Amino acid sequence: MQLELKSVSLVYDPDVQNPKKAVDDISLTLRKGEFAGLIGHTGSGKSTLVQIMNGLLKPTEGTVLLDGQDVHEKGFPLRNLRRQVGLVFQYPEYQLFEETVLKDVCFGPKNLGLPKEEQEERAKKALSRVGLDARYYDASPFELSGGEKRRAAIAGVLAMEPDILILDEPTAGLDPQGRNDLLAEIRKLNEEEGTGIVLVSHSMEDVAAYASRLLVMNHARLVYDDTPRHVFEHYKELEAMGLSAPQVVYVMHALEARGLDVRTDVLTIEEAKREILRALGRK
Amino acid sequence: MRYTTLGQYYDADSVIHRLDPRVKLVFTIVYIVSLYLGNSPFCYIFAGLFLAVVIRLSKVPVRYMLRGLKAVIFLLLFTAFFNIFLSQGDVVFQWGFITITRQGIETAVRMAVRLVLLIMGSSLMTLTTTPNDLTDGLEKGLGFLKVFHVPVHEIGMMMSIALRFIPILVEEAGRIMMAQKARGADFDSGGLIKKAKAMIPLLIPLFVAAFRRANDLAQAMEARCYHGGNGRTKLHPLKYRRLDFIAYGVLLLYLALMIVLKIVTKS
Repeated sequence: MQLELKSVSLVYDPDVQNPKKAVDDISLTLRKGEFAGLIGHTGSGKSTLVQIMNGLLKPTEGTVLLDGQDVHEKGFPLRNLRRQVGLVFQYPEYQLFEETVLKDVCFGPKNLGLPKEEQEERAKKALSRVGLDARYYDASPFELSGGEKRRAAIAGVLAMEPDILILDEPTAGLDPQGRNDLLAEIRKLNEEEGTGIVLVSHSMEDVAAYASRLLVMNHARLVYDDTPRHVFEHYKELEAMGLSAPQVVYVMHALEARGLDVRTDVLTIEEAKREILRALGRK
Repeated sequence: MRYTTLGQYYDADSVIHRLDPRVKLVFTIVYIVSLYLGNSPFCYIFAGLFLAVVIRLSKVPVRYMLRGLKAVIFLLLFTAFFNIFLSQGDVVFQWGFITITRQGIETAVRMAVRLVLLIMGSSLMTLTTTPNDLTDGLEKGLGFLKVFHVPVHEIGMMMSIALRFIPILVEEAGRIMMAQKARGADFDSGGLIKKAKAMIPLLIPLFVAAFRRANDLAQAMEARCYHGGNGRTKLHPLKYRRLDFIAYGVLLLYLALMIVLKIVTKS
């Protein structure tokens, strides 16, 4: 399964005198199995781009191809796209509405027209993926804690079993423990089921640690599409866009400037530790 | 996304924007009354022209104003429909049980014009007055009611909060709709009952959000020591200026002309 965007642009309000593009001429291909991070300053067009990816917004120019088929062609069932490309919105807990958690998670599979047994089977699987066990099935989603609500809402999209899962800042507003747990679950999903992940994030540390591909947006354009290692080499350019590199990158550059012979393209603290020890050992 | 301009503020720097909110309130009330004063075509043409001049002065784009009318188009059609088909009088068209009378058409047109002018006239007030100013204007303009223990300040506050919440809730509704669509919800197809049922996943989160926001707002207000209007002083107290008196003069002139028109065109 692959999703291809071909020179996609979107203008929200074409009536305005000088219309501003929210997404400007972006081309990229997403595949099942990969883990991509999407970063960009607030207002750079990330959220618009992910809504184009799952067909909620129709680009004003360009095409979206699902396995080579134009999804905005007449007669193409957009529901197919939404089933294969799942999108978890920012603060997804605000979309919960059913009486019980299980029923709410069943909403997606139900809309796919699955029989009731399969709906529940999928819902239970999705709930256990996000760490909510049988005790939660009959609880009202409105009684859960903030973190649990978030998990239940993510399960609601997971239950549709998408091939590619896009998460728009899924960790916003969670405590550090909740963040790490959630990201670990997303990684497990990627590794075990081969689900393609697009993680929209503000945290450079998170995308550096989890993503194998990094998309960087600035002023509605896609400026980098590379491995995190290569992208963070451009930390000066990133800063000009109001972004940054993970803090360890700065540490390594500072060490290098003081004469320690270290590699600067590290991504995590663990990696930096090894690299510094190696450099010191050689001295 | 569904978008309404009804009751919203349009930021611009114009004579109308700079008027005292009390003037605009009185203006709006008098204008509405004047629409019910005369009922000859001349009266409406005059009222329409007057409104057109004020809109021009306000620098609010006409297209923006018309967008506000979209929200009430159903109401317009509804009243027009009943007036056309259910009025008695000289028959101009008859087919089966459907009869259309001259009087019916006349009333329908008159009502439609009146409604359009009424809505545009009153939305011009909210378009050119910030919610804060509007509250201040209401509070001061109706201040005399305090003698009768009417909580004027609170009513003004509630009104301006309600207006302020419209765009927030519209945006929230759009966001929830998108989120449910991403879960495969279908808001567009099916019959009336299916469509109504499809609204549940939208409406429940929307209500929850409205309560949440109301609660947040109440807490934020309390955190700033808000305790109603008693003993509250203003940073910018309302004060009539030359422009405001001129506006009142124009209003009086308009009203006088309208009355003259009514008397003249009656015979």
